[in-house]
Amino acid sequence: MTVKRSSWALPYLIFLILFVALPLVMIAVYAFRNPQTGAFTLENFAKFFSTPHDLNTFLYSIQVAFINTLLCLLIAYPAAWILSKSSFNRSKITVMLFILPMWINMLIRTLATVALFDFLKMPLGEGALYFGMVYNFLPFMIYPIYNSLEKLDNSYVEAAQDLGATPWKVFWKVTVPLSLPGVWSGVLMVFMPTISTFAIAELLTLNKVKLFGTTIQENINNGFWNYGSALALIMLLIIGLTTLISDEDSARDSEKGGLI
Amino acid sequence: MKKLLARGYLVVLLVILYAPILIIAIFSFTEAKVLGNWTGFSTKLYESLFTGGLGNSMVKAIENTITIGLLAALCSTMLGSVAAIGIHNMKGRGRKAITFLNDIPMLNPDIITGISLFILFVAVGVSQGYVTVLLAHISFCTPYVVLTVLPRLRMMNPNIYEAALDLGATPAQALRKVIIPQIRPSMISGFILAFTLSIDDFAVTLFTKGNRGLETLSTYIYADARKGGLTPELRPLMTLIFLAVLALLIIINIRSARNNKQKLIK
Repeated sequence: MTVKRSSWALPYLIFLILFVALPLVMIAVYAFRNPQTGAFTLENFAKFFSTPHDLNTFLYSIQVAFINTLLCLLIAYPAAWILSKSSFNRSKITVMLFILPMWINMLIRTLATVALFDFLKMPLGEGALYFGMVYNFLPFMIYPIYNSLEKLDNSYVEAAQDLGATPWKVFWKVTVPLSLPGVWSGVLMVFMPTISTFAIAELLTLNKVKLFGTTIQENINNGFWNYGSALALIMLLIIGLTTLISDEDSARDSEKGGLI
Repeated sequence: MKKLLARGYLVVLLVILYAPILIIAIFSFTEAKVLGNWTGFSTKLYESLFTGGLGNSMVKAIENTITIGLLAALCSTMLGSVAAIGIHNMKGRGRKAITFLNDIPMLNPDIITGISLFILFVAVGVSQGYVTVLLAHISFCTPYVVLTVLPRLRMMNPNIYEAALDLGATPAQALRKVIIPQIRPSMISGFILAFTLSIDDFAVTLFTKGNRGLETLSTYIYADARKGGLTPELRPLMTLIFLAVLALLIIINIRSARNNKQKLIK
């Protein structure tokens, strides 16, 4: 009986191959194809490196992603630490309040940020872009860090204290190293999506700033499918590299699905 | 002092996190075109949301969002639950392969999922619209259903199923009377999760909706915002969406709290 039941996964396997694996293969195929002749070519990639505008957008996106990740980390770590310290029941509700925005459409949150800037009569622009990015991604940094701090075995901290470490030393030598998996998955959940966002930057800067995701979207929309696929492949490569560097399992733990 | 500082930090963060949403909610009760102008309390925006000139296309978008969400949730719950039973009984390389494929949609950025499906549909020559959006949504919702149902299966006593077979039940009967009742709570959780993910989606829908005028709420809002900022009618709409998400989350949480309690009792 057991043998037979394992075949129940077959429909889903076929579905996954058709709608997950095949589409990704198609991106790779299109990226290496000449738009007119359909022959194998590297010119889509060459075009990227010889178009300063697109290359600069790419580098700028990485810069924005770096700064955003750093800002989120600096703001989120203390918050997660305080949350993990406070009394159990009340902090559960507070934690919920911090995570709730994760579930609201990013587009809506971005428009809400635009509304806030309008309300305060502040101009949209690069400042709004960074504020909006941090605003959008902060929950994704707080949650995994909070999780790893919560699970942290307090006896390590107590042992360090008993052995005479100062609170400062305990924090840097015990708490921080033990929370690194959470930090890593937070970084992953902020850095990668920041690179791939589109629409957000335009709305927050009145079209003055464009990120790499928008470049890809524009090319696809304007019918440059091969070039767009090549750009998408470059983005996938960056994302793959980031994932490889960090611990894969910690990333999966903190996926949206395992949240509640 | 230290405690006060810590609490103050959290409060400041929460205020900043919720200020934009609160401002929108407050100003959804006034008629002023420009946000920040308070011209007296009024529910006119809420009325014109459903009846006004914007009404038709927006109501259609809301309708699409909900029907696509329900259908996608239904299909991915069925597909995912059956798949989870299969995966639960798999071993070795096959299991590894399918869990690897199952992880991809969750790790992939939306834009890549969207573009890859767009390219697929273009290459095959399917005209894009309702069905392609639905397929796309099923593809990124099902992995979450699988991951919700699998742990429940692991908790189940395998002997009960075998006992049912020994007592003369056909495999189909055993499935209906033994397995499904046991995994039903996680199937419902998976359904709600899939529905939330579907109505929340923007990027994948944008790439797979084609150009024959199909809009869901998020693509509708995007098109509207691109034309020239926030139309006043979006304020009540965003407020309602926020409340709906809040309600769904509370339901999911109460359910999981109840399940945990049951586990403790057992």
